[in-house]
Amino acid sequence: MTELISSLLRGVGTGSVYALLALGFVIIYKSTRVINFAQPALMLAGAVLVSYLVGPLGFFVAVAVAVAATAMLALGLERSVVRPMIGKPVFIIAIITIGIDIALRNVVNGFIGTDVRQVGSPWGLQSVRFAGVSVQERHIAMLLTALVIITVLFLFFKYSRLGLAMRATAFDQETALSQGVSVSTVFALSWAIAGGMAAVAGVFVASNAGIDQQIWIVALKALPAIIIGGLESLEGAIVGGITVGVVESLVATYQSDFAPWLGSNFSVVSPYVVMLIVLMVRPYGLFGTKEVQRV
Amino acid sequence: MLAVRNLEVVYNDVILVLRGVSLDVADGQIVALLGANGAGKTTLLRAITGLLDIHDGEITKGSVTLDGEPIHQHGPTKIVNLGIKQVLEGRRIFSELTVDENLRVGAHTNPRNARQNIDRIYDLFPSLRGRERATAGYLSGGEQQMLAMGRAMMSEPRYLLLDEPSLGLAPLLVQQIRDLIVEINKQGTTVLLVEQNATMALSIAEHGYVLETGKVVMDSPAEELLADSDIREFYLGLGAEGTTKSFRDVKHYKRRKRWLS
Repeated sequence: MTELISSLLRGVGTGSVYALLALGFVIIYKSTRVINFAQPALMLAGAVLVSYLVGPLGFFVAVAVAVAATAMLALGLERSVVRPMIGKPVFIIAIITIGIDIALRNVVNGFIGTDVRQVGSPWGLQSVRFAGVSVQERHIAMLLTALVIITVLFLFFKYSRLGLAMRATAFDQETALSQGVSVSTVFALSWAIAGGMAAVAGVFVASNAGIDQQIWIVALKALPAIIIGGLESLEGAIVGGITVGVVESLVATYQSDFAPWLGSNFSVVSPYVVMLIVLMVRPYGLFGTKEVQRV
Repeated sequence: MLAVRNLEVVYNDVILVLRGVSLDVADGQIVALLGANGAGKTTLLRAITGLLDIHDGEITKGSVTLDGEPIHQHGPTKIVNLGIKQVLEGRRIFSELTVDENLRVGAHTNPRNARQNIDRIYDLFPSLRGRERATAGYLSGGEQQMLAMGRAMMSEPRYLLLDEPSLGLAPLLVQQIRDLIVEINKQGTTVLLVEQNATMALSIAEHGYVLETGKVVMDSPAEELLADSDIREFYLGLGAEGTTKSFRDVKHYKRRKRWLS
């Protein structure tokens, strides 16, 4: 029983990091209809930046600076590379983001080198015990951070002037324009928010195992998450992210006992299995808008 | 004064939609812009509010001036800030947002007086009061039109450009919308009213323009337009003596029986 609970908690912890990454995808998708495949590179850039800044600045200041810098980087990418393509088919823009991703990762890889870099997070692999269940500190930190960010994000979308403008633009661009909303500000802001959240996620991903040239792959876990949740839904991104985390963790814990014939490391594949099942039952995701089509 | 001079608009670099349109909207007036489908009414509004860009349209000649200053090179945000606001055809409310949120998006360029303006809007459109938290998409057609107009009023515009506010509404609601337009005008907003419902538009307008395939073909005070025999026949559906006309008289071809058509 304690094994189950601690496995679940581990899953919720990593799942909340996936949720942050997924939210980045969804925010950009909602306002610009583009899936931004450069998210992994932004995540990596944020984490690497922290690993360089943590020495002189200390962990928390380093994270704050790195988040701001990654947000600015995302904003700059949007302005310089994506903006001139507005009006082109979204497919073309999506492919361009893949290009951005590869280019940016190559640059960042130069700063990683062959070693594993550390972000020096204050919570290492220590665990705390609650009523016989041991939880790693970093999983608690992940969950709490994600909760705070998500709450702030929801308040922002519900009450702030720019948040409302972003929702309005996501719903109907022309009408938003006619209300005086500057759509280009909205696009830039959505990229900046997504970049900042990717940086936070990057720090947590790196606090597991340090930064090497391969950790960007973790960001791709957000893809099954957004598809499970539905591409257009913020709630869906959170539920999808946590689902992916929990499924992965449970499979990692129990698969070797119950289904050893699946081979080792099946947990890595398991989110995609869930994704396939969701796609078969609800092709638009759990919270996505069902496409209305007349037959 | 909002003035349009010799405006020429081209879509996609080839389709000439407005061919030298000139129009004046004097402060405090209600001006009606009439015309059949495809005459260029909506295009003219887009040219004024800077929304041509996203439709791949372009002003190739002429100018739009506000108090003598040219504004046609500005983007939509700047134009809203100058006090010109368009209510798009077909209401186009943000149906997933609540009524309150719709109004707050309308206050985007004027957040300072938002609270006060929201109260003013609810006074103007009492049927929206009490529905603040309701999802806007579930409002009735008339309420949605009121919400669209209220949302535009949130930035306290000097000029309100209404595109087909009576579209798809029952006759009683059309009357209600007409009275509201008069009320909005009385409170100091100049209205440019684009309508297919010429009877309604001319009954409240001081001045009217008739647009036909991209040109202004008539430009007179509303009473003169109402009395004009062509307008009566083609836009008000009244015959020469005020009698309704039978289509049998118009028909000039022989009816043939056709199979498979």
